Amino acid sequence: MQSKLNLDFSLVDKARASAGKIAEDMQQFIDQHTTVTVERAVLRLLGVDGVDDLDRPLPNVVQEQIFDAGVLNMGASYWMGNAMIQTGKTAQEIAEMVGRGEVNITELPQAKLEDIRQAIQPVAEKSVELIKKNRDDRERMLVEIGEGPKPYLYVIVATGNIYEDVLQAQAAARQGADIIAVIRTTGQSLLDFVPFGATTEGFGGTYATQENFRIMRKALDEVGEEVGKYIRLCNYCSGLCMPEIAAMGAIERLDVMLNDALYGILFRDINMQRTLVDQYFSRIINGYAGIIINTGEDNYLTTADAVEEAHTVLASQFINEQFALKAGIPEEQMGLGHCFEMNPNIENGFLMELAQAQMAREIFPNAPLKYMPPTKYMTGDIFKGHVQDALFNMVAIMTGQSLQLLGMPTEAIHTPLLQDRKLSIDNAKYIFGNMKNLGEEIEFKQDGMIQKRAQAVVSEAVEMLSDVEEKGLFDTIIEGKFAGVKRPFDGGKGLKGTVTKDENYFNPFVALMLGGDR
Amino acid sequence: MSQANQIDLTKIKPYGDTLNDGMMQFSFTLPVPCTDEAKEAARQLLMKMGMDEPAVVHAEDLGVGFTYFTMYAKCTHTVDYSSIHVPKVESDVMDKYGVEDYIKDNIGRDITIVGACTGTDAHTVGIDAIMNMKGFDGHYGLERYKGVETLNMGSQVPNEELLAKAIEMNADAIIVSQVVTQKDVHIPNLTNLIELIEAEGLRDKIVVCAGGPRVSHELAKELGYDAGFGPGTYAEHVASFVVQAIVDRDLINR
Repeated sequence: MQSKLNLDFSLVDKARASAGKIAEDMQQFIDQHTTVTVERAVLRLLGVDGVDDLDRPLPNVVQEQIFDAGVLNMGASYWMGNAMIQTGKTAQEIAEMVGRGEVNITELPQAKLEDIRQAIQPVAEKSVELIKKNRDDRERMLVEIGEGPKPYLYVIVATGNIYEDVLQAQAAARQGADIIAVIRTTGQSLLDFVPFGATTEGFGGTYATQENFRIMRKALDEVGEEVGKYIRLCNYCSGLCMPEIAAMGAIERLDVMLNDALYGILFRDINMQRTLVDQYFSRIINGYAGIIINTGEDNYLTTADAVEEAHTVLASQFINEQFALKAGIPEEQMGLGHCFEMNPNIENGFLMELAQAQMAREIFPNAPLKYMPPTKYMTGDIFKGHVQDALFNMVAIMTGQSLQLLGMPTEAIHTPLLQDRKLSIDNAKYIFGNMKNLGEEIEFKQDGMIQKRAQAVVSEAVEMLSDVEEKGLFDTIIEGKFAGVKRPFDGGKGLKGTVTKDENYFNPFVALMLGGDR
Repeated sequence: MSQANQIDLTKIKPYGDTLNDGMMQFSFTLPVPCTDEAKEAARQLLMKMGMDEPAVVHAEDLGVGFTYFTMYAKCTHTVDYSSIHVPKVESDVMDKYGVEDYIKDNIGRDITIVGACTGTDAHTVGIDAIMNMKGFDGHYGLERYKGVETLNMGSQVPNEELLAKAIEMNADAIIVSQVVTQKDVHIPNLTNLIELIEAEGLRDKIVVCAGGPRVSHELAKELGYDAGFGPGTYAEHVASFVVQAIVDRDLINR
C-alpha cells in the first residue's frame, strides 16, 4: 500500500522493535507467575462450573482451597489432576465435593507428576476441541450466512437485564448492526469472581456470566439467520477475571472481547503484576478461540488530551500488538483501539483526526482497528452530538476502519434508548454508503497539515517507546507516562492473588492453544 | 413596539416562529408496530399531554414491532415565569486568579480539597475535568491553582476511603462526582457519604459538594450537600464556591 502520509517506515520498524523488547522483558516476569484467576480459568476449562450452597462459584471454591494451603504455585491442573487420579471422579464432581466440604484436594496422597499430567491431558484436549469446534462453527456461519461490510457497525446494549438486552440487541441487528456488545454492570471489573446464572439486575450494564453469554449467543444466532448475516457478540475480558471471562467466551462462542494489556492497571487500579500475568493467558485463549480482541487506547484520551497525547495511543498500540503476538494472536484478530476525541472547537481538528486514523491504518494494515466515537466532548445537545458522530463516521470510511463503535447522540446523558441506537445506525449507514470509496479517491497534500501531523505523532511515539524500552514498562507506568495515570508496583487491587510458579507448575492449555510450551 | 414587550411573563409558552404559537417537537417510541393505529395512538397521546394539532412527521419501525415517532404539536399550557424561584449556588464566580487572590487575602493559608468518583462508578471524566492539572476545555483544573492542595482519588472509591483520606489530609472540602446514574444509583451513594460524615461529627467542619450530569444544586441540597454542580461546570465554579464557603462558614481556623 502506498503511504498517503509519506510516513518513514524505518521509524515504524524502530518503534516496533522497541515494543518487541518491552514485551519480551515483561514476558520473563509473566512466565514466572500465575494468578488466582488464571487458575480458575484452567478449572473452568477442565469443566468446573456452577455454585455451592452459599452461591460461591465452584472455580473460586476450589482455587481458594488450593490457595489457602499455600500450594497454588503448583497450578490448579496439578491438584485437580491428582484428585482425579485419587478419586476416579471428574473435575466437576470433585469441585462439588470441595463445595460441600467433603474433600481437601491438597491433602490427598500425591501421584507422580508425569501421571498427573497424563490424567489431565485428555480432559484438556477435549475442552480445546470444543473451542476449536466453536471457531469452526463461526467460520462456517460467516461463509454460509455471510457478514456485513467493514467498518462493522458495533453497538452496545446496557439495560442490566439480559432478557431486555436480547430485545434491544435483536432490534439493533434488524436495524443493521454487525456487532452487539453487552456492557457489563459497573463494578464487575473489580470482582475477583464471575457471577453465575442469568441476571436481571445491573447498573449501567449487565453482569457477564456464562449463562448470559449463552442466552445472547442464541438470540444473535436466531436474528442473524433472519437478517442474513452473522451477528458478532462482544463482551469485556478485563478487570480481575480476564482469563476466566476469556474461557467462558471461548466456550460460548463470543466473537469479540475487550482485552487490553494495560487498561486494568491504568483505569481500574488493578495491580500491574497481576494484570500482565492475567492478560497473557486471557489472550492465549482469545487467540485460539478466533476472538477479535479490542484494546483500550481510546481511554487514554478521555483522561489525557487527544492532541498532545496522541503519540501515547500509538505507542500503546505497538505494545499491545507485541503482547498479543506473544500470546499467539494473529494480526487479523488484533482490534487495536483508537478514538475521535479532540475538542470540536479546535480549528482543523478533523484534519488531525483524519491523520491519526490514516496513520493507524497504515501502520497496522492487517489489524481490524477498533475506532471509538466522541465521548468526552459530547454535551447533551443531541443534535450537535449527531453531527459530531457524523464527522467520526466520515473519518472511519475515508481511512478504512474495521470495527466502528457507533457514537450515540445521547452520549453523556443515558445508556442508549432503542431509538438512539437506530439514529446512530442510520447515520453510519448513510455515510458509509454515500462516501464508500472516497478513501481510494483522495491523496493528502505532500508536506501538508495532515501528513505533517501524522509524521510528528510517529516521531513522538518512537521517542516514547525507546524511553520505555530503556526504563522498562513497570517503571514507565509508575511514572505516569500513559494517560497521565501513575500506579505503584505493589499498589492497586489483586496483587495478593499473584503467585510465583513452582518449577513443576503446569498449565496444559498454554501448550495446547499456543502450540509450544511456555 | 418590539415583540419582547408583548411577552406576558405570567403566561409563557413555547415559541416556534410566531409568539405564543406553542410549537414543540417530540421524539419517542411506542411499543406497537408501525401502523395507522400507531400513528393515531401517538396523536392521542400528545392531545392527552395538552398538545393541539399533533402531527406525525415521521414514523418508522425499530425492528422489534416498536415504532419511533417524530412529531410536532402546539402546546396549550402556559407557565408563570415571573413567580419562579430556583435554588442556585450562591457565590460569585471568580476565575483562577481571582480564587488564588481570594485565598491569599481572605483565608491566608493553603486549602485542601479531596475528590473522588465514589461507589461503583468507574467514570472519572467529571472529577478529572474539575481536579486534574489539565482541566477541561481550556479551564485549568484545581491541581493547578496556587494555594489549593488537591487529591483526586479516581474511580470506584468507597465512601469510607474517601472520608478516611479527607480526615487524614485534614481536608477543607470533599468533592464527589457521580456519572453513572442509571436507576438512580447515585442517590443512595451520595446519601451514604453524608451520613458517614455526620457520623464522624464532621459535617459542620467541612465543605461537601457533589457533581455530575444529573446532579443539580437543588438535589444536592436535599441530600445534605453544600452545593451541587451539573453539566457545564468548570473548576473555577467549584473553587469559587468552596473558598467562599470556607470564609462564610468560618472554617478558616477549624
